[in-house]
Amino acid sequence: MCLAVPSKIIRIDDLVATVDVMGARREISLMILPEEVNVGDYVLVHAGFAIQKVREDTALDSLGLISEMARKMEE
Amino acid sequence: MRTLIEDIHSLTRRIGRPVRLMEVCGTHTVAVFRHGIRSILPEEILLLSGPGCPVCVTPVEDIDTAVEMARLPDVILATFGDMMRVPGSGVNLQEARADGSDIRVVYSPMDALDIAAANPDKRVVFLATGFETTSPSVAATLCEADRKGVGNFLVYSNHKLVPPALRTLLGDDRVDVDGFILPGHVSTIIGAQPYEFISAEHGKPAVITGFEARDILEAIAMLLAQIVKGEPGVEIQYTRAVRPEGNPRAVALMETCFHPVDVRWRGIGKIAESGLSLREEFRHRDAPRVFGLAVEGGPEPAGCSCGDILKGIKVPTECPLFAASCTPESPVGACMVSSEGSCAAYYRYGIRR
Repeated sequence: MCLAVPSKIIRIDDLVATVDVMGARREISLMILPEEVNVGDYVLVHAGFAIQKVREDTALDSLGLISEMARKMEE
Repeated sequence: MRTLIEDIHSLTRRIGRPVRLMEVCGTHTVAVFRHGIRSILPEEILLLSGPGCPVCVTPVEDIDTAVEMARLPDVILATFGDMMRVPGSGVNLQEARADGSDIRVVYSPMDALDIAAANPDKRVVFLATGFETTSPSVAATLCEADRKGVGNFLVYSNHKLVPPALRTLLGDDRVDVDGFILPGHVSTIIGAQPYEFISAEHGKPAVITGFEARDILEAIAMLLAQIVKGEPGVEIQYTRAVRPEGNPRAVALMETCFHPVDVRWRGIGKIAESGLSLREEFRHRDAPRVFGLAVEGGPEPAGCSCGDILKGIKVPTECPLFAASCTPESPVGACMVSSEGSCAAYYRYGIRR
C-alpha cells in the first residue's frame, strides 16, 4: 500500500508531469513535492503524486525490485 | 552483502539472547519474504510483522459504512483496489458492486476527482485509506476540488497515522519488541522526528528502512549495533528517499485539510488521535457528515487473531483459523485479505506452522 515507484520526468506542464516508469507513461501531480524538479529528474511516485525527488543512480537501483514486487502484489 | 550478513551474525552472538524485531510496514513484510531474508538470519533473530498495513487495520464498521454510502442513490464510490475484498459484517465492496452499486477502483485520488467532474449529476465519494504516505495526496486532491469548483467530490477519510499506533504498542505490556524496522515511504513524508519517543521514552532502537534486501539487512545490523552499544536512537538507513525533516510541504497540506481524531483499528481497538478527519473548512466534502452516516462498530470475527498478530504478540501460524477457515480465497480477517497482510504473506510463501 505504501509502495512508491521511482519514475523519470519526461515533461512538465505547471504542476502536472508526465513520467516514464518501466516503459509506461502516465501523468502525475507535483503538488506535494517540496522542491523544483526538471525534465530528466527522478521522483518517487505514490498514488499519482510525486512525494520526493531521488537521485538517478539510486532510482535505477530500486526499479528491478519494485517491478517484481508490484507484479506479485497484483496477483 | 556477505560482510553484512557476517556482521549480523557476530552482533547477534555478542547480544547472546533472542532478539525480536518488528517490521512495522506491510511492504517490508512482503520484501522480507521476497528476498528470503528470514533464511539468512541467525535463528535468534525473530522478525514480527506490525500494524503497518492500512488495509488490514480498517475496521469492519468502516467497510459497512462505505457499502451503505455506495448504496445511496446517485452515488459513485471510488477507492483503491486493495479495499475491494476487505470483509465487513455483511457484504464487501466487491460484492456490493456485483449487487449493482457503482463502485470504481482508482489508482490516484485525482482519478476520483476526474470521475466527479465527468459526472456532475452524481456525488462521488473517494474512500480514502492509507498512512502518511497517502494522506497528503488526498489533501492535495481536496484543495484541487475546491480550486476547480468540483462540488460533487466527497471524501470518506479512513486515514491513519503510524506514530500513535507505535505508541500504543509500546504501552502494551504483552508486546515484546527489541527494535523497530520503521516504514520507508511513510517516513519520506514525516521524517525522523515523530519517532523520537521510541528511543527517548521507551529505550528501543529504531531504523527507518528501505525495501531492497541490502536495505533491510543494513537496518537489522544497525539495530543490533544499537542494542550492543546500549545506545538506542532513531536512525535513517533509507537516506535515498528519507530526509530527517521529511517532506514539509506534504505535511503542511495534510494539516491544512485534516485534523487527528480517535479512531478504531481492526483488532487493536481505539487509539487516541490516530486517524485523520476532514477539518471544518472541508465539511462540505466530508462524506459521513454530508450523508449523516456512521455505522456502529460490530464485533471482530470469532476466533480471528488479527489483533494479536498486528501487535506482534502472535505470528499468523498461531491463529486457529490460519490456512484452515481463513485463506486468501476466503479471508476471515483483514490480515489475510491484503497482499501486504502478514497472514497473506505467510500463506503465499508456504509457511504453515
